[in-house]
Amino acid sequence: MASNLVEMFNAALNWVTMILDAPSARAVVFGVPIQGHFLVEGVLGVVIVILLSLKSYTPPKRPLTEQEIDELCDDWVPEPLIPPITEDMKHEPPVLESAAGPHTTVNGKDVVNFASANFLGLIGHEKLLESCTSALEKYGVGSCGPRGFYGTIDVHLDCETRISKFLGTPDSILYSYGLSTMFSTIPCFCKKGDIIVADEGVHWGIQNGLQLSRSTIVYFKHNDMESLRSTLEKIMTKNKRSKNLRRYIVAEAVYQNSGQIAPLDEIVKLKEKYRFRVILDESNSFGVLGRSGRGLAEHHGVPIEKIDVVTAAMGHALATEGGFCTGNVRIIDYQRLSSSGYVFSASLPPYLASAAITAIDVIDQNPDMLVKLKQNIALLWKGLSNIKGMSLTSNPESPIVFLKLENSRGSAKEDLLLLEEMADRALKEDSLLVVSSKRSFLDKCRLPLGIKLYVSAGHSESDLLKASESLKRLASELLFKS
Amino acid sequence: MITIPYLTAVSTYFSYGLLFAFGQLRDYSRLLFDWWRTNNLQGYAPICLAHEDFYIRRLYHRIQDCFGRPISSAPDAWVDVVERFSNDNNKTLKRTTKTSRCLNLGSYNYLGFGSFDEYCTPRVIECLKKFSASTCSSRVDAGTTSVHAELEDCVAKYVGQPAAVVFGMGYATNSAIIPVLIGKGGLIISDSLNHTSIVNGARGSGATIRVFQHNTPSHLERVLREQIAEGQPRTHRPWKKIMVVVEGIYSMEGEICHLPEIVSICKKYKAYVYLDEAHSIGAIGKTGRGVCELLGVDTADVDIMMGTFTKSFGSCGGYIAGSKDLIQYLKHQCPAHLYATSISTPSAQQIISAIKVILGEDGSNRGAQKLARIRENSNFFRAELQKMGFEVLGDNDSPVMPIMLYNPAKIPAFSRECLRENLAIVVVGFPATPLLLARARICISASHSREDLVKALQVISKAGDLTGIKYFPAAPKKQEEDKNGIKLD
Repeated sequence: MASNLVEMFNAALNWVTMILDAPSARAVVFGVPIQGHFLVEGVLGVVIVILLSLKSYTPPKRPLTEQEIDELCDDWVPEPLIPPITEDMKHEPPVLESAAGPHTTVNGKDVVNFASANFLGLIGHEKLLESCTSALEKYGVGSCGPRGFYGTIDVHLDCETRISKFLGTPDSILYSYGLSTMFSTIPCFCKKGDIIVADEGVHWGIQNGLQLSRSTIVYFKHNDMESLRSTLEKIMTKNKRSKNLRRYIVAEAVYQNSGQIAPLDEIVKLKEKYRFRVILDESNSFGVLGRSGRGLAEHHGVPIEKIDVVTAAMGHALATEGGFCTGNVRIIDYQRLSSSGYVFSASLPPYLASAAITAIDVIDQNPDMLVKLKQNIALLWKGLSNIKGMSLTSNPESPIVFLKLENSRGSAKEDLLLLEEMADRALKEDSLLVVSSKRSFLDKCRLPLGIKLYVSAGHSESDLLKASESLKRLASELLFKS
Repeated sequence: MITIPYLTAVSTYFSYGLLFAFGQLRDYSRLLFDWWRTNNLQGYAPICLAHEDFYIRRLYHRIQDCFGRPISSAPDAWVDVVERFSNDNNKTLKRTTKTSRCLNLGSYNYLGFGSFDEYCTPRVIECLKKFSASTCSSRVDAGTTSVHAELEDCVAKYVGQPAAVVFGMGYATNSAIIPVLIGKGGLIISDSLNHTSIVNGARGSGATIRVFQHNTPSHLERVLREQIAEGQPRTHRPWKKIMVVVEGIYSMEGEICHLPEIVSICKKYKAYVYLDEAHSIGAIGKTGRGVCELLGVDTADVDIMMGTFTKSFGSCGGYIAGSKDLIQYLKHQCPAHLYATSISTPSAQQIISAIKVILGEDGSNRGAQKLARIRENSNFFRAELQKMGFEVLGDNDSPVMPIMLYNPAKIPAFSRECLRENLAIVVVGFPATPLLLARARICISASHSREDLVKALQVISKAGDLTGIKYFPAAPKKQEEDKNGIKLD
């Protein structure tokens, strides 16, 4: 028994020795034979396999429990919806008791009205009232639907044709609100990635349109053609890709925030040199500038085809409400389906559209209104040219006369309060209604604040004289008190 | 929630695929054809890239005659639709002088103020003679007349809030007010089917926007909890304020919002509620005061109530109603109040007179009659349509009734067939609705009489049979209706 075991043990030992001494298992490194390396390699291999199969350490994911979310919700305190009301927010505007013509009634007193953009004096004109009355009797007041769903009334189509005929453009489109015209037109044509060069003094409607379009916006100095030229140069040379993008210049014909007039002939020269398209807002120049009132293009002698998109609000010279956009057929057709202020909003009340048609007819037939307006502007300019403490920043031909404060009081808020006081005293003491600048915190425009007067063809010489004297007196009293 | 029958979904996808394929084919052939002709753009990028107006050129133009139909009379119960013809395969449509008198189921004329009214129109004309058509000035300059002041008082009292401010256009009201109230660092949670004006206002404000499932208060609660716990994106700071925007009646679905649940959730989580009552003010509720009255919600719980006057009052413009401080602040800062021309004075007078009629202050009970009639008409019409087997959306009492069409070919077929039988109906497709869910939308008015509605039902039933849109089985005809002589099938 024992000998059998010993024999088996010897046989096993012989076996192991044979394997370990087999030629393939023999390793000789630098002349030193290494024995039993198979074992070491085997152990190492097992260790490697164990290490690789271990999971790496990640901290355990613990989503918030319902109780924790409840606590967070209880702890959270929102800001109040509006900031606390201060005294200056409670200022009440004057309440008119009659039509807003050159003379109007406030608190039972007759005041001279320089605060309505009634440039041609068409408020209260009998032809307009007649056409409105007949439209009201036929169509009622509202149009009860957007343009796509039975809100298109034949007066709308007639109005669009009349505007195109008056300006000499192929087609036009009507909007139901002046402010929404620009902020619906611009996002239609300018998408993300396009480049827009805009004047820094454009009004809030245009700023909102630029923001909604999500394009790259570059501002140039207010009404400064040199700044515009260098901006365009920079864009075209810096950005090689910009040759395939759509590029626009946005400007107003007569700027609402300063009364200056854009030099359209220079803009058109620059546009043709650098291949940009022009979008022009003619709200305050339609019916005012030019020999027959056809706007800035006629004033500068530029053919209207060179301007790609012309928009205007009708709440100024035309004495009605709403807005329109004109241009070539492709542009107008595209807006009929993609302009949000046109598609998703009810159409203009028909009586306002018929008032617009009548107003354009009146302008066509009575060009002497324009002459009277120009004379009035010149008279007022002369009267306001040497007020101490305020200077005229508007163009001598613009119907908006803008007096800016020469020395600011420190902050925009104090300036606003001072100007408001001036306008209030003008109303109370001199029965004169003027506009003091107002800025919303959403408005990005940083042009100087001041007093605005809208000149009308219906103002008489005595009205203009009264305005100049009153403002001279108030300026000397209020600006040199301290 | 709309669930499309499987076969209809397949056939709709197939139809759109076919239209798309044909459109692309035409575009390629046009490209080849234009290869030889010189491009007269001279270095300008094209104003409209080919793929941007593909839908307009290849799909919309085919059925353009169903949209934008001009009318030549007031948008009353019966209207004169101008006939148009086209010489170039529907690309341009020209007017003729012929008109056809049709029953109007498309205008938003809920209480019948859309045409000459015996109480309102004489007062409007008087106001026009006194104040002229426009003030040419913004509200803060010289645009506030005594009519505007009276209007704001009137609206505030009618809606049930301490104060109100009125603007000239409903769309601009939303776009200009939302950026004033909330800005960067705030959160807007809006219903997934909200109107474009709200979406534009929210985008213009710079706040973060999140969407909750249409009219589902439980999902709103989940979204609110998640968002308050997480805070602002990336910085995880707590939100400055949260505003939940909902509408009273959704114009494409006809559904009424679940306001009581939403208001209680917002109170619990301290979020502000913004209610857009464009379609519901004047049309629902016992005295026409909108969805708050119908569902019994206290108006003091809704922070900001917005609405428009275009639908039930037959005028134009929009309003915001809320606490006195809120309105004072808005009048000081809102750009639409500071820069835009004030609402036309005769339109303001129309709203005042319409409110007086509705409340019965003109000495008659026409207002109460109108409100009762619109409710009766809506419920009758909806019940009959459902009996015929149409798939009608919307809740009871809502005057807006969409009928599902689905297939793109049925859109023009239904519309043209109805016009042939002198029924003016509105059909809506992409992009106002999701691609597969095209529908015909009916707006009932208080000036429709019972005979008008019966005739409309007959025409719709015939057109529905021809186009095959009765997706549900019709209710079995009852014997009593045969005896009355009104056959409705």
